[in-house]
Amino acid sequence: MKKLFLILAGLTALFLAYATYLALKVAPTDALQGDVYRIIYYHVPSAWTAFLLFFINFIASVQYLARTKASLQKAVQWVVIAIGVIGVIATFLPQVQALLPTGMRPSAVATTVLAIPAFYFLLGWKFPGDRMDMLALTAAEVGVVFCTIVLVTGPIWARPVWGIWWAPGDIRLTSTLVLWLIYVSYLVLRRFSNSAQTQIIAAALAVFGALDVPLVYFSIWFFRTQHPQPVIGGGGSMDPRMLHTLLISWMAFLCFAFLVCWSRFRLELLKREAEQAEAMESLVGAGTAAKASVPLSRSAR
Amino acid sequence: MNSFKFLVAAYVATWLIHTFYIGTLFSRYRRLRQSLKELGKRK
Repeated sequence: MKKLFLILAGLTALFLAYATYLALKVAPTDALQGDVYRIIYYHVPSAWTAFLLFFINFIASVQYLARTKASLQKAVQWVVIAIGVIGVIATFLPQVQALLPTGMRPSAVATTVLAIPAFYFLLGWKFPGDRMDMLALTAAEVGVVFCTIVLVTGPIWARPVWGIWWAPGDIRLTSTLVLWLIYVSYLVLRRFSNSAQTQIIAAALAVFGALDVPLVYFSIWFFRTQHPQPVIGGGGSMDPRMLHTLLISWMAFLCFAFLVCWSRFRLELLKREAEQAEAMESLVGAGTAAKASVPLSRSAR
Repeated sequence: MNSFKFLVAAYVATWLIHTFYIGTLFSRYRRLRQSLKELGKRK
């Protein structure tokens, strides 16, 4: 396992180096922004990766909550299947298509809707029992790291292009900051609460927190913001070499995120093993102390 | 537009954040290994 991880880490490092080479050398310079636009190759893939990780956290949290009751688990499964089927059919109805923002492809919406049941059943199959909660925690933590990068690189890009670091009140920027704060609160709750209900409360928080993800994503489609309008799937145009570089960068960051999640998940496994071992030890210690106290109490009688 | 420094700053910031996070993962891993070892010794 360790060998496989090292091989994958080496390959990912090469892939990231190649993506950075494409971003800095191969992709053409933007006519309006100059070289600074190349921040897009780190900023946008980081945002997409963060969204994907928060989506995984959402699915894992729903799964975890559903597993608390067998009847609830069955009901949620049917709801998820219904979302997939109805969602896909609905996106191809002309009445629904008329509601979609200009440039948004129905096929893209259908794929996104289909991802909900696909991820739900795949994760449910791959992460039994308490491992689902570990996955939720892992996805949230790594997602926060990627979201932090979005919030740091965004203002660095905005300063030379807009002339300001931050546009107060801008819905895209504000909703992204709120998203980051929600998941930081989730992590703080996980870190400092000792209640037996922590995992359930955190899962519920994650389910509500995930509602901010579509708001962040669609804010530039529905509202007038300082942030640029979408250039992919939004009716905008992009040089094919730029698009190619952007997709390669995203793939490289996805591979990197996968490895980081792998490490974090293994760390969580080890942590819970240590906690179990410690609990066992104190139980054995308490048992030995009780045994030792029996003759004492007898002799006292 | 003298914006090259902003580009470099964004790329450096990205890798600094990732390096910092991976560093915290390593240190947490080391601490856990150590406490597991101590638990094993006590047994």
